[in-house]
Amino acid sequence: MSSVDIAIRIRGLEKVYRMGTEKVRALAGVDLDIRRNEFVAIMGSSGSGKSTLMNILGCLDRPTAGSYELAGKPTHRMSASQLARVRNQEIGFVFQSFELLPRATALANVMLPLIYSSRYWLSARAMARKSLERVGLAQRMTHRPNQLSGGQRQRVAIARALVTNPSILLADEPTGNLDSKTSDDIMMLFKQLHAEGQTIVIVTHEEDIAGHAHRIVRLRDGRILSDHPTADDPTHQTYLRLAASTAASLAQGATA
Amino acid sequence: MMLIPRIIFQTVVLALQQIFANIVRSILTTLGIVIGVASVITVVAATDGLQKFVLKEFATIGASKVWVFPRMPPGQRDRYSWRQLRITVPEAEGMLDRCPSLIRLTPIVEMSTSVSHGDVTKSVATVQGVNSSWHLIEDRDILQGRPFNSIDDEQRLQVCLVNDKAIEELELDANCVGQRIDVGGRSFTIVGVVETKTVSPMFGGTEAVSEVYVPFRTALTLRPEPRMYIIAQTRSPELFEDAREEIRFYLRRSRDLKPDEPDTFGVQAIEAVISQFKRLAAGLGVFLAGIVAISLVVGGIGIMNIMLVSVSERTREIGLRKAVGAQPAVILLQFLVEAVTLCLVGGAIGLALGYMFIGVLKFIPKSPLADAGVPFWAVLLSVGFSAGTGLIFGMFPAIKAARLNPIDALRHE
Repeated sequence: MSSVDIAIRIRGLEKVYRMGTEKVRALAGVDLDIRRNEFVAIMGSSGSGKSTLMNILGCLDRPTAGSYELAGKPTHRMSASQLARVRNQEIGFVFQSFELLPRATALANVMLPLIYSSRYWLSARAMARKSLERVGLAQRMTHRPNQLSGGQRQRVAIARALVTNPSILLADEPTGNLDSKTSDDIMMLFKQLHAEGQTIVIVTHEEDIAGHAHRIVRLRDGRILSDHPTADDPTHQTYLRLAASTAASLAQGATA
Repeated sequence: MMLIPRIIFQTVVLALQQIFANIVRSILTTLGIVIGVASVITVVAATDGLQKFVLKEFATIGASKVWVFPRMPPGQRDRYSWRQLRITVPEAEGMLDRCPSLIRLTPIVEMSTSVSHGDVTKSVATVQGVNSSWHLIEDRDILQGRPFNSIDDEQRLQVCLVNDKAIEELELDANCVGQRIDVGGRSFTIVGVVETKTVSPMFGGTEAVSEVYVPFRTALTLRPEPRMYIIAQTRSPELFEDAREEIRFYLRRSRDLKPDEPDTFGVQAIEAVISQFKRLAAGLGVFLAGIVAISLVVGGIGIMNIMLVSVSERTREIGLRKAVGAQPAVILLQFLVEAVTLCLVGGAIGLALGYMFIGVLKFIPKSPLADAGVPFWAVLLSVGFSAGTGLIFGMFPAIKAARLNPIDALRHE
């Protein structure tokens, strides 16, 4: 695994919150590598530290200790202003509650990250259009969030996350506010984006949602409990085939 | 860097959207600024109008005139009697030769006496004895007949000038030149009619009254020891200081005053009063504008208040903007621009209101503010002040917004 392929490299990551006099260790030393074009689900019960990890991955929060390199850049050493630039250019973040600007149209919402990068308005508009087309909302560009369904809103949010062409797409419980049919649609969208080459990390507590990913990282009490590929992972499929044939040959050998 | 002007433009658009989205709240918020700017503009313009009005009045009195009159030195009442302080005829006659800054002068003998024409008698009328220079100094037109000349004075002729009010009150003919009236028991021939000049009552002027003028020396035959003052004219208005020193030197010598004795006479010019008035008016204007500016500060606190509300109301929005990559400085700029825009819009409305007030005041008939104008510095000052208010009072909420941690802001309910 060469360093060029590494999207995220985390070593000894810790996060301690102070609740009054009490200290809460939300993350107690996490090591994690995520390659480019991986589709990873982070799972865990509430209080496991999965959201804390996600916020640090999204550079929305800073670790207490440890290192986090995003596309080779050491974010744990960056200033608030440098982190803002990383959030703008390297990360697309999808929130559980969408976080759209209520008075702005879908197009204006998707353009928002581009406002904060040095792009001209017209090219920003064209990029936002393309991004909305990519999530299948070409017909809803001038609608405001209250004129859109939940699934459409989350699609707008995903279009906004994709518009800067980020290194990683992070989604924190992206289907948490959606019904199961819409959830499946959104997950299909994620799979499609992944198939187009996008690196995706989602946080969820639902097994069937996590099942869409190719790798599941389980957290408990701020530590990684398990980290293994799912049935959908092509490498995993190879492994399963191998295991099956091995098992079959073993079985043959046993009967022989 | 291209980013900054574009961000400013976008934040201005955003701020305007915010203002229009909460239009009622915005109006109420900027009310303080609106009232503040409107009152600054009104007060400054009113002061300006009043000053122009007063200066015009002063100009009618005359800018190069010098008054010389007896004056009791303070605390010297036991030493002098008013009679001793009177300006004497020789003093008046010698003054022009000794004071090169003066171009002409007239002594004025003022007396109250009865004036009658036929059966009509005015028992108390003001009769003034003046010489022929009086016409040039007072600049009053002769409507009929002729002005006084030096022969009238030297020969002590029993001639007089009247104004139209006197014609009316003494029931003289409209064309009264040649008619005779009795002044203090003697018969005088009217040789001319002078126009009446009045000063606004605001400055001690009165309604037009009957005026009768006789030659100076003729007046002396009516009052051998008259009460008298002198009106002189300097060669130019700025020579007043020179003229005063010359007159003081001359009168102190003629009155034999020792160096440590105070003047027993006064010398005053309208110029001195004007400059004093200008200083007073400027001071008054600044003082009033200062008081009114307090309302701008109060308005600024209102802006700060609403900006703080806006920051906590939009904490999630700030969090989102940060999450998608807004620099802290850009968030700071956004809220500053919003506060400044709010103040500037308020300032513009205030400016318009102020101009409206002044417009209304100007149209009041006989308004002393007819010439009121809003000086450019007042516009700059109030617009600058409202923008400054926005900057200063917007700074605190803006810094608060810029310092928010993105994740804390996003979790805000």
